[in-house]
Order: sequence, then structure tokens, then C-alpha cells
Amino acid sequence: MTEFSQQVVSGLASGGIYASLALAVVIVYRSSGVINFAQGEMATFATFLAWTFLHHGISYWPAFALTLAIAFAGGVALERVVIRPVEGRPVLTVVILTIGLLILVNGATQWIWGGATRKFPSPFSTRPVHVGSAAFSIQDLGIVGVSLASVALLTLFFRFTKLGLGLRAAAVNPEESRLVGVRVGWMLALGWGLAAALGAVSGMMVAPVVFLDPNMMQGVLLYAFAAAVLGGLASPVGAVVGGLALGVVLNLLGTYVSTFGGQMRLVGGLGVILAVLLIRPTGLFGRTAVRRV
Amino acid sequence: MAPPLLELEGVEAQYGAIKALHGVSLAVGEGDVVALLGANGAGKTTTLRAVSGTVRRTGQISFAGRPLDRSTPEAVARAGIAHVPEGRGTFGELTVRENLRLGAWTRRGRVRGEEDSVLARFPALADRARQPAGTLSGGEQQMLALARALMARPRLLMLDEPSLGLAPLVVASIFTILRGLNEEEGLAVLLVEQNATLALEAASTAYVLETGRVAVQGPAGELRADESLRRSYLGY
Repeated sequence: MTEFSQQVVSGLASGGIYASLALAVVIVYRSSGVINFAQGEMATFATFLAWTFLHHGISYWPAFALTLAIAFAGGVALERVVIRPVEGRPVLTVVILTIGLLILVNGATQWIWGGATRKFPSPFSTRPVHVGSAAFSIQDLGIVGVSLASVALLTLFFRFTKLGLGLRAAAVNPEESRLVGVRVGWMLALGWGLAAALGAVSGMMVAPVVFLDPNMMQGVLLYAFAAAVLGGLASPVGAVVGGLALGVVLNLLGTYVSTFGGQMRLVGGLGVILAVLLIRPTGLFGRTAVRRV
Repeated sequence: MAPPLLELEGVEAQYGAIKALHGVSLAVGEGDVVALLGANGAGKTTTLRAVSGTVRRTGQISFAGRPLDRSTPEAVARAGIAHVPEGRGTFGELTVRENLRLGAWTRRGRVRGEEDSVLARFPALADRARQPAGTLSGGEQQMLALARALMARPRLLMLDEPSLGLAPLVVASIFTILRGLNEEEGLAVLLVEQNATLALEAASTAYVLETGRVAVQGPAGELRADESLRRSYLGY
């Protein structure tokens, strides 16, 4: 039981990271109708920025906040400059563009910071805390806390602010939103900004665990896709639940099923995507789009 | 005579290569109810869309003395025109109250009090304020669309087929509310309707469109009285 609860918490930690990146994917998907394949690379870039700030002696949380702000601005700018010109084009065009963006951002990261793997500090100690006979790492608990707090903040923003309402309206019904005066173009850009900031959170949370290198987020993005698909691509709640569930399940499988170690984890992630698409394409929380004609 | 609130002069509009309006001119005066009639495909909806900027248009459109023909839909809404499109145009996933708050998007400050006074006008909605708009009946959704438009405190309300697919009783109550708004608050209305009888009763002036042009115009009473015109254009 002790080991089980320890593994659940550590699963929740990786799940929280998947969940925040998955939510970023979902926010973009809901507003622009496409999957942003560059979401992970954007997060990596932001994490390298954070590394640079830390390297220049800025302490952790100010560097964290600064990174979020820059990631947000960068997300907005990318939407305005790169995505805006192809708005209304076929989905495939936009998707290919985001794949191009993936390569571009990855290249930029390598160009600026080189390909070397770096240590990235964690704001949380790796010391364990003991609850009964179980020992949880403070870092794991911290990651869960930060991921869930950013998700919760975002939820409050969407639900209780005027801007959040405008974002939701623009996502579900851009035509009508224009008629009530919502500047839909800016709402899409705002969505990209929020997604980029959320991605930066997941990048900075995962970097201490997997070490910082230009390809760090590629695996994480795959799990985030799996989480988003599992929860239903258009469902923010689904992305979070899917991310946490995936983290816990993969971790437990890795612990208790001897054949499920190392690289098999990735297979598990892909397996989830495949299974969901085959059995229930709308995911756990998704609804089929019903349109009255 | 005071200049009209909304004026269209030789407005043309097209969807891709297909031209839907061939030079429409019309005017809506301050506090007027103007009906836009005609058969399916005559360009009624397109005329409203030309005003709100949701279709490519040329020609002159002015509202309250200012040109509108290059404005985006967002800017048209800001200028004080509320467009309730055909098919209600409510946000099905959002609650009734959220729909109302969106209606007030262009306004600053708190609008909670306004929400309550608008809801008071539509008692059926008040009971369902927390429900997603998608769960409302057709009539309630039309009420909501109207209520949402009012939240913007528009100077001109453009309504597209408010009676479409609704039971006569519901239609009657919608038109009663409309008349009240016009008489009590001086709200100007540009009304597109298939149901010509209803529209001519509500309106002071009417325009009949035919294949993208104004075929007939005049006081609603005269159009109602002219039997040959009714038969050839309005089909009743």
C-alpha cells in the first residue's frame, strides 16, 4: 500500500505536467480548430529562456514569472504573425504550418543554446516528506501543486472574467461573437498566448526531472496528445483529468508490470491515442458536435 | 427632416462570385420600424449582413451620420447596431446569463443590474438564467437572442426572421415585446420577415426586395392595402 501511494503521487506529478501541456493543446484546438504541433517546442524554448534568466542570477520565482510573461507575448505574436495569414484556410494547411513551426523553434533553440543537455534547477527540494510509512518527494508534490494551480487559475479566468467569456464565445461561435462586438482575431491570439504560458509551466516543471535539452518536450508532447485525446480534444476538463490519469496509470504499469519499463512507456502513450480513437473518438469528456439544420 | 439613422445607398454585396445585392438603397429613421420583405433569395438577409459587415459589400452605408461601409462586424456592433441573425444566434454552450453578459460586451462597467431588468422583460428566461442556452426551446432562444441584443443598448436592432419555426403564440409575444421596445424606448428596428402580414402590422415603412433590388417601397399601411402588390410580391 505504501509503495502504491508513493507511485500514485509520483504518477500525479508527471500527470500534472502532461495535463498542463494537454490543456495548452486543447485551448489552441478550441479556438483555432487545429492542433499546434509546435506547442512542445515553444515550451522548450521558454524553458531555455528561464534557464538563461537563472544563469544570470535572477532567483527562481521572478525568473518563472518573467518566462511566463515572455511566453505569453511570444504566443500572441506567433498567432498574429504566423497563423493569422492562413486563418480560414483548410485545416491541413494550418497543421503543416505548425509542424514547420515545430522545426523552426527547435532549430532556433539549438542555434541559440546549442544541443547540450543542461541541469535545470527545481524550486522544490527532492527531500522526502513522510506520511505514515509512505515517503513522498517534495518535488513531486510541488509539481502537482504548480500544475494544478495554473490549471485552476486558468479555469477561474475562463469562467469568471469578461475576457474569459469572450474567449469561450469566440471559440464556440466566432461569427456570432463578431456580431456582439468581440474582436475574435485578438481572442485567438490571446488563446495562443495563454497556451504558450501554460506550456512554459509544464516545461519548467519537467526540466528538473528529465534535464534540459532542445528535444526535451517531444516525449512530453506525445503524452499530452494522449491525455488530450483521452479527455476529448475539445474539453479542457478532459485534458486535465486525462493528463493526471495517464500519468498515474503509466507509472503504476511501470512499477507493477515487469515488461512495462523504460521505452514501453512511450508505447503506452501511443496505445492510449490509438485505443481512444478506435473505441471512443470523442474521448471521455468530449461530445459529438450536433448541429441542427 | 432629420437625416435617417441608417442609410444605404447603392449597396451591392456578393458571396464569392455570386452577386446577391445589385444596388439596394433604403433608410431607417430614428425610432422607426422598417420591414424588409420579399421571397426567398431576394437578398433580405444579405442586406442585414451588408450592414453588419459579415458579407463583402460596396456602396455607401451610413449610421448616425458616420460611414459604416468599411467597418468590421465588431466595429458595427460598437457603433450601436445589434444584429440578431436568422437561426437565433445564441451561444448554446454558454448559460443564459453568460449570453446576456456577452451582449453587453461593447459596454464598460458593471451590467448586472441591466441583466436583471432585461430578464424582467423576458420572464421565461429568468427561470432559466443558469441553464445552457442550447437547452432552451426555439421560442426561448429567440427571446434570448433578443434579450442579448438589448444588453448592448443598441440604437438600431436588426432582426432576421424572428418568427421562423415558432408557434403563433410565441411569435405574437415576441412582436408584443418588440412593439413595447419601440414605443417605450424609441428603439429603431430593421425587420426581415417571411410573414408579411405580421411584418406590415409592426412596421411603419416597408421595402420589398426582388432579386437583390428594391422593387417596391412605401408606408406599410399602403402596401398592406394594395392587393395586386400583395399578390405579386408577397404571395398572400
